[in-house]
Amino acid sequence: MKQTLAQKLVARAAGRSSVTPGEIVTCKVDLAMVHDSSGPRRLKPMLERLKAKVWDPSRVVVVTDHYLPTYDKESRDIIRIAREWVKEAGVENFYDAQGICHVVLPERGHLRPGMFAVGGDSHSPTGGAFAAYMFGVGATEMLGVMVTGEIWLKVPHTIAIEFDGALAPGVSAKDVMLFLIGRLGMDGGQYQAVEYRGAAIRRLPMQERMTLCNMTAELGGQTGLIASDSITQEFLKLKTNEIWQSEPDAPVLEHHRFNADELAPQVAAPHSPANTKPVTEFESLKVDLAYIGACTGAKLEDLRMAARILENRKSAVKLLVAPASLRDQQAAEKEGTLQVLLDAGAELLANSCGMCAGYGEHLLPENAVAISTTARNFKGRMGAASAQVYLASPYTVAASAVAGRIADPRKMLA
Amino acid sequence: MKAWVFGDNIDTDAIAPGRYMKLGIEEIAKHCLEQVSPAFSSSVVKGDFVVGGRNFGTGSSREQAPAALKHLGVAALVAESFAGLFYRNALNLGLPALVCANAGRIRPGDLLEMDLDRAVILNKTNGEKLACEPLPAHLVAMVRDGGLLAHLEKRLK
Repeated sequence: MKQTLAQKLVARAAGRSSVTPGEIVTCKVDLAMVHDSSGPRRLKPMLERLKAKVWDPSRVVVVTDHYLPTYDKESRDIIRIAREWVKEAGVENFYDAQGICHVVLPERGHLRPGMFAVGGDSHSPTGGAFAAYMFGVGATEMLGVMVTGEIWLKVPHTIAIEFDGALAPGVSAKDVMLFLIGRLGMDGGQYQAVEYRGAAIRRLPMQERMTLCNMTAELGGQTGLIASDSITQEFLKLKTNEIWQSEPDAPVLEHHRFNADELAPQVAAPHSPANTKPVTEFESLKVDLAYIGACTGAKLEDLRMAARILENRKSAVKLLVAPASLRDQQAAEKEGTLQVLLDAGAELLANSCGMCAGYGEHLLPENAVAISTTARNFKGRMGAASAQVYLASPYTVAASAVAGRIADPRKMLA
Repeated sequence: MKAWVFGDNIDTDAIAPGRYMKLGIEEIAKHCLEQVSPAFSSSVVKGDFVVGGRNFGTGSSREQAPAALKHLGVAALVAESFAGLFYRNALNLGLPALVCANAGRIRPGDLLEMDLDRAVILNKTNGEKLACEPLPAHLVAMVRDGGLLAHLEKRLK
C-alpha cells in the first residue's frame, strides 16, 4: 500500500516499514512540549504519585505562555511551579516569557521534518507545517508520555485539501481555514490527518503554513500536515535536502480541491469558527475592539499583513496587538513593521496567549463587539458571555480597526 | 441513571470555562456547562449520564473539561461523535465515552444503563438498546483501572 505523509511519519515512530489506517500502534515520541497551564502544575503531582522520572528530559520543551503576565496569587503560583519543575526534572529546553509555545518551538529549532511529537495544547498540530506528526494531548496523557516515552495512536486516514492557483492580495491562510471550517464543519477533520497540498500552499511562507496547520484544531483533525520543501528547510536552516511527502497516488479518505484565486476574505460570526461567510456579508457591522494576537494570528507574517493595511492609517477603535513571540516582535521592530502598528494607534501587549485563552486579567467586557485574529469565538471564551467575537485574518482585522466596522481589506490594499 | 442531553459542538470553554482554569477542579466543576444549562452543575447526581450530539468536547486540550464532569459524578458520556482530543482525555481519566450513532434518540431525563464490555446503552425509560462503537481492548482495560494514572501505577509496581 502506498503511504501518505501521515502514514510515513507514524510508521517511522512505530518502528514499522508501513502502517494501515485504522490499526492501533504504539509510537516512540521524539519531542514532548508543554506549557505552564497543562504542564508542570499538572505533571508534578502525578509524577510524584508514581515516583517516576521524565523518560528523557532532552526531548522535553517547556514554555510559559498562558498565565503571563501574572496578575494574582494563582497565576504567580502556576508560573513559579513551571520554573521550579524544569530544574527539578532536568529540562534544559525552557522558554520563559519568550512567546507562545507553538511559535517558539520551531523558532528555536526544536522541530524537524520526519519527527513524531506531542504537545500539551490543542493547537499542537501547528508543528505539522514542518512535516512532523504533531498533535495535542491532555495532561494525564502527557504524563504517560513523560513516563514511558510512548503513546498509542489509531493510524489516521488522510484528508487531502488541495488549493490550486494562488491566494489573491489581501487573502491569507486564516481565510483558507475559516472557509474550510465553514464548509466542512468543526468535525470535518474527523480526527484524521489533514494534509494541505497544491500550488497555492507551496507558495505560502512558513508562518502562513503554520496558520493552516494550527487551525486544523478547529477543523477537527488530529494533525494538519504539509510536505517539506525548500521553504521548510530554509526556515529551519536545515542542511539536509531530505523531503517528507506523501507517495503519489497514496489512497486518501477524502480529497477536496479548490481554486485559491477565487477565495475572498472570510469572517466567522459568533459563536463558532464554522459560522463563516465572505467579509462582504458583514460589511458595515460596527466593532469596538480589534485584537491581533495568539499563535494563530500574531506571528511576524501576521503583523506584516496588519501593517500593510495600517501604513499611514489610524485605528478608529481600540486596537490591541500581542505579538506571538518575543523574537517575532524584535524582528517586527527591526524592519519597521511594529512602528507602523504603533503609529496606527495599536496598544502593545505581552508575548503570550493573552485574551485568546481567556485565562488572564484582561477579558472582553459585557456586550463588547470584537474582531480578532484568534482561532476560537466560543461564547464567553475571551470574556463576557454577552461579548460578540468575529474571527478574521490580520488583514481584515486591521481594515476593520481603521473603518470602525467590519471592512474588506482588499479595498484598502488597492 | 438519568440522562442530561446536550446538542452539537458543546465546547470545552463551556464545560471548563477559561477564567476558572487557574483554580482546582472543585471550583471549575461548579461552573461546568453554566452557559448552556445553568442548573446542571448543582442538579446532576452521581451516576447520571451526559448525552451529546456531534463533536462533543470540541476545542481545547484542557483535561479539566472531562475531569469536571467526572468530579460532578457523571458515570459516562454518550454522543454521536466526540472531538478526538476530549475523547482521549475522558478515557485517560477513566470516564467512559461511548460513540453512539443513535444518541439522538435519548430524551432528557431518560434512565440509562451502560454495558461497557458490549458497548450497549440500555434506555430503561423506553426499553431501547442502543448499540455503541466498542472501545479497543487496551482502552477498556485502562478505563476499568480507573484511567491512565491508575493504570500506570499498576504497571510500574
